[in-house]
Amino acid sequence: MTLLEGKNLTMVFGGLTALDSVNIHINKGEILGLIGPNGAGKTTLFNLLTGVYSPSRGSIYFKEREIKNLKPYQITRLGIARTFQNIRLFGEMSVLDNVIIGQHCRTRTGVFGAIFRPPAVRDEEKRVKEKAMEILEFVGLAEAAKEKAKNLPYGKQRKLEMARALATEPELILLDEPAAGMNPQETNDLIELIQKVNDMGKTVLLIEHDMKLVMGICQRIVVLDYGKKIADGTPEEVKNDENVLKAYLGAALDKEVK
Amino acid sequence: MNSYYVQILTVTGINIILAVSLNLVTGFTGQLSLCHATFMGIGAYTATLAALKLGIPFAVALILGAISAALFGFIIGVPTLRLKGDYLAIATLGFGEIMKNILLNLEITGGPMGLRGIPKVTNVYVVYLCVTLVIFSLNRIMHSRVGKSFIAIREDELAAEAMGINTANFKILAFVLGAFYAGLAGGLYAFFFRYINPNNFGFMKSIEILSMVVLGGLGNTYGALLGAAIITVLPEFLRSVSPVIAQYRMVFYGILLVAMMIWRPQGIMGENKVMKRRGQAA
Repeated sequence: MTLLEGKNLTMVFGGLTALDSVNIHINKGEILGLIGPNGAGKTTLFNLLTGVYSPSRGSIYFKEREIKNLKPYQITRLGIARTFQNIRLFGEMSVLDNVIIGQHCRTRTGVFGAIFRPPAVRDEEKRVKEKAMEILEFVGLAEAAKEKAKNLPYGKQRKLEMARALATEPELILLDEPAAGMNPQETNDLIELIQKVNDMGKTVLLIEHDMKLVMGICQRIVVLDYGKKIADGTPEEVKNDENVLKAYLGAALDKEVK
Repeated sequence: MNSYYVQILTVTGINIILAVSLNLVTGFTGQLSLCHATFMGIGAYTATLAALKLGIPFAVALILGAISAALFGFIIGVPTLRLKGDYLAIATLGFGEIMKNILLNLEITGGPMGLRGIPKVTNVYVVYLCVTLVIFSLNRIMHSRVGKSFIAIREDELAAEAMGINTANFKILAFVLGAFYAGLAGGLYAFFFRYINPNNFGFMKSIEILSMVVLGGLGNTYGALLGAAIITVLPEFLRSVSPVIAQYRMVFYGILLVAMMIWRPQGIMGENKVMKRRGQAA
């Protein structure tokens, strides 16, 4: 079953065509990898799917509903969450509060509720806090709950980005280079974590340069080059695709996979 | 207590309400507003006119003043909060000047003569009751889902939006709440001094409130409280030390702010720098 479908997506910035008539679909429950050389349009595609930009042409359907004119917060409410390539945590807030903020769109307390604190609000706060702790346990950050997000080491900040995205209760989670800057040990932990998220029934779209990670866990891979889709298939198919080899992977791939 | 001290104490209380409410907008939500005194003025004029012309009881008039300031906060907030940083500051500055000119030229507001003969119904106890209520409700808001959303917007607007926060609405909400409290302070001011005119609520007053928040520390309610107390009491203290120093009190006050910006830009109790560098959109 198709969870998300982008048809004919084109994005033009001034005279630059960052994406050119890209068709992409994501099946429910899969881990889809999105790869391509720098400047291929991967992050632009992410920004289209999450409503940061509206496509110049084309349309996007999430669960058969057109979402291309929705704002990012509306798309999050529908069930698409994302992490950022350059980490964007709420640095001055605690780790726990970062995850609590993630549940914003699933809670409702307003100004009057906040001031008068009726039982419903207290219950909601308790639930939100428990859920946040659960998520922190899940990603392995429970003991850092009270620290300021900006004081976490880099690898843990990446995990917190993921925890925060999970807190929005997404069906589809978009990860923008989650392994960037991680050491091999951290990358292995991350692979395990992504696998666990997928086992929970969440669909994953992953941008990544780390070939070991992509080839290891993605069931299907889409390759972009200069804003165009040049391949779409299983890791095995993509690895042997002539266009892909020519455009970008080259001989380096074989070496890395082994 | 000597009536001079009572007056200083009362003014301090009114300034505390102004500072902690501006801190909500600028310190917690990160939106630089330069028209906070204008909202105070709207509250003062509305409450006064309601009491003088319509004979509405004092307590109700105060709340009407706060509500009308909040309403203006909404009207000005909807178009301007799409703007960021300096542009928002300039738009609020423009709004402040427009409102001042309206107050100067309307007949009902008494033009440059202002409104006089207002009954003195506020006293130091009423003011500090209001201070307590304002700080109590602000603390509750800041510890809730709403307050956390304000801080998230200050920390990273794009990430806040990605968390499902309708950032435009929450920025307007912060602005409206800030204006509400400022309007309340305006009403208290009018019923205490018994005379108001448009110059009480001009740009210089907005800057004075901003100085209190910056001195005390952006993003800390008790910092704003402390800043308001210092900036209200210090000039009076200097006046009492020596009449000569009193003539230079505005100079001291300026030097203090310059020194703060150099050695402790985050303010006495604040943790955030005034001009925080933000990452650009991914």
